[in-house]
Amino acid sequence: MSLMKILASGLALLAVSATGAAARAQIQLAGSSTVLPYATIAAEAFADNTDFPAPVVEGGGSGAGIKQFCAGTGPRTIDIASSSRPITRAELASCHANGVARVIELRIGYDGIVFASGMGGPDFALTPQDIHRALAAQVIVDGQLVANPAVSWAEVNPALPARQIAVFVPGTKHGTREVFEEKVMAAGCEISGTRAALAAAEGQDAARAACVALRTDGRAVDIDGDYTETLARVDSNPDGIGVFGLSFYENNTSRLRVAPIDGVVPTVASVASGEYPVSRPLFLYVKADHFETIPGLREFAGFFALDAIAGPGGPLADYGLVPDPQLAEAQAAVAAEKIMGGN
Amino acid sequence: MSDPAMPAARARRSLLKTDPGTSRRNAAERRFRAYGAAAVVVAMAALAALMFTVFRDGASAFVQARATIPVVIAADVVDPDGNRDPAEMAGVLTMSYGRLLDQALTREIERRNIQVEGLTQRDITGFLSAQARADLRRAVLADPALVGQEIEWRMMTSSRVDGMLKGRVTRDTAARDAKTSVAQYDLAMALRDQGVVRAGFNWRFITAPDGSDSRPESAGLGVAILGSLYMMLIVLVLALPIGVAASIWLEEFAPKNRLTDVIEVNISNLAAVPSIVFGILGLAAFINFVGLPRSAPIVGGLVLTLMTLPTIIIATRAALKAVPPSIRDAALGVGASRMQTVFHHVLPLAMPGILTGTILGLAQALGETAPLMLIGMVAFVSTYPSAPPQGLLDPASALPVQIYNWTQRADPAFFERASGAIIVLLAFLLAMNLIAIWLRRKFERRW
Repeated sequence: MSLMKILASGLALLAVSATGAAARAQIQLAGSSTVLPYATIAAEAFADNTDFPAPVVEGGGSGAGIKQFCAGTGPRTIDIASSSRPITRAELASCHANGVARVIELRIGYDGIVFASGMGGPDFALTPQDIHRALAAQVIVDGQLVANPAVSWAEVNPALPARQIAVFVPGTKHGTREVFEEKVMAAGCEISGTRAALAAAEGQDAARAACVALRTDGRAVDIDGDYTETLARVDSNPDGIGVFGLSFYENNTSRLRVAPIDGVVPTVASVASGEYPVSRPLFLYVKADHFETIPGLREFAGFFALDAIAGPGGPLADYGLVPDPQLAEAQAAVAAEKIMGGN
Repeated sequence: MSDPAMPAARARRSLLKTDPGTSRRNAAERRFRAYGAAAVVVAMAALAALMFTVFRDGASAFVQARATIPVVIAADVVDPDGNRDPAEMAGVLTMSYGRLLDQALTREIERRNIQVEGLTQRDITGFLSAQARADLRRAVLADPALVGQEIEWRMMTSSRVDGMLKGRVTRDTAARDAKTSVAQYDLAMALRDQGVVRAGFNWRFITAPDGSDSRPESAGLGVAILGSLYMMLIVLVLALPIGVAASIWLEEFAPKNRLTDVIEVNISNLAAVPSIVFGILGLAAFINFVGLPRSAPIVGGLVLTLMTLPTIIIATRAALKAVPPSIRDAALGVGASRMQTVFHHVLPLAMPGILTGTILGLAQALGETAPLMLIGMVAFVSTYPSAPPQGLLDPASALPVQIYNWTQRADPAFFERASGAIIVLLAFLLAMNLIAIWLRRKFERRW
């Protein structure tokens, strides 16, 4: 008999819960794992300084976040998507198709991508050409396109140490990978003339893909996990070089030895000035359709773009965000509700 | 029997001498025992190594360095208009309170006459936790009478300074670390020697909500423990009655036919389905179809209920089967109905087995992360959920999720926190298993 009572009260509890499911008190944000730490810091500061509860922040990747964001409107969908790349035309179109008509884009800063070895590793000074020459699937040797034969850095460039090539690169689901391909591999391909040779052999489109294709003989290793995994791999392999986000490196400088690119050491200052070549913008996409229904959403979007938060000297910059010199544009976009895609 | 060779062959053997066949057999037996013992040794060694590393890395999470210094709540900073109106004072952000704390620390260093070479403003600002500013602001807004006074304020230090007192950050690593410096290390040691900074037990680690990536020192398990508790409550309230009812019907009432065979096979199959599949189901069924909110313990609880049900049904059926048929026959024989037989005699005798199975199922559900990922519970949640039933719909996290989140964060202090959280999770699992053993011992009957 008591069993029946438990069952009945359980179902009653469920029924009561389901009826209260309409409203939502907390803002929900999901997306890029690069933006994730900044979003948590801003969320915490928002709760510290206002009467609103801290937003709920999820990672999952830029693409996954935008997909959830564009799934529709209403309390079941997220309010903000964070992204380490601009939203694509197709994604925005799917947003509009699903009734998410009013999207505000905020550029909140930049992130650098650094190459670093463990503390026991040698000093490297790299250029995109060197990296492309060491990691590309196909390179030019004596005027001929061949599968990459290099096994040590000294073969790539005599100025580099005679260490085995072992580079840990973020896997293809990471936004970091896209920037690595575009700003390092493609750039190195272009400068070294490999691009032209590939284009002559296989055509323009195939050349673009072949330029960023990494060798698959185990010298370039895809890391599908997060930077902590890359750190562990670099720690255990004295020849290993890992590809990290700048903020991760800034938090682990006692364990990593960073390699300058084109002679520029990555710092918040050198990325901000554009001197350090490998960087990318970070975005928030805010659902203005939710401004009236989700309490605090308008305030949080404005708060995130404040100079005191995302500007130089703010908590996000302290953590490793490279502040956007045009932060005022983001502030204005929130204030004026600047909707993407015309209207 | 009539074979004449047999007695002759037997006659050659002696009971006192072991023949080659017997000694081979004995050797095989000894080897087998040695293999068994070796397997146990390997398993215990692996467990010991795991425990050792977890406790070595995580024990320090329960200790936290705190500084106690007098802080002047300067009126011109926190209440520029001078009206002592909390609504107006709320316009002053935590960054301004940070300046008050920096000034207080600088004064304290001068007062105690501590000389540290190369100490910069950055070392001072980075010495105290950012949480301290938020706490001070909250205290002042709650009690505007504090404005203009000097108060003795106890606050957490930053994670780097905390690491210095625990030995995680040494003078060498501080020199290489961009987030700290040798001067900050020397300052921390000087203040420790003077008793200003002290390490003590860290209740916040168990009760406080999660902290952001820049505040590892303030990160706690409060929301995660509440979230896990809510989910276990839902699993218990739903899975136990449904599981027991299903098992009783299958075991005591169901006819033996094709249909029940199919059901049985499916229950066994469900028990082997990877947990992530239940997460996908939860997203489709409970969030997209029913419309329950994301990140809510109720969805997590429902998903884990589905995952735990087969385990409970299998355990309950085994417990019911173990009750001897003579009990049922005797009850039916004295005129009890079949329902009376089940509820008055079979079920009470099977209860210890059912409860053990349920608790082990709950313990399994407590450690699950994968199904929670898709329903938005793998998230940064720093607000406590309210009391049930409303709290079941508020965003919450869960213990294994918190561990997963912390291992992904860049600041090395989170590694210590993650190991500390593993210790807490293990303590919960151990407690649940002990309860299961205790129930079995107390109520078990043998026939």
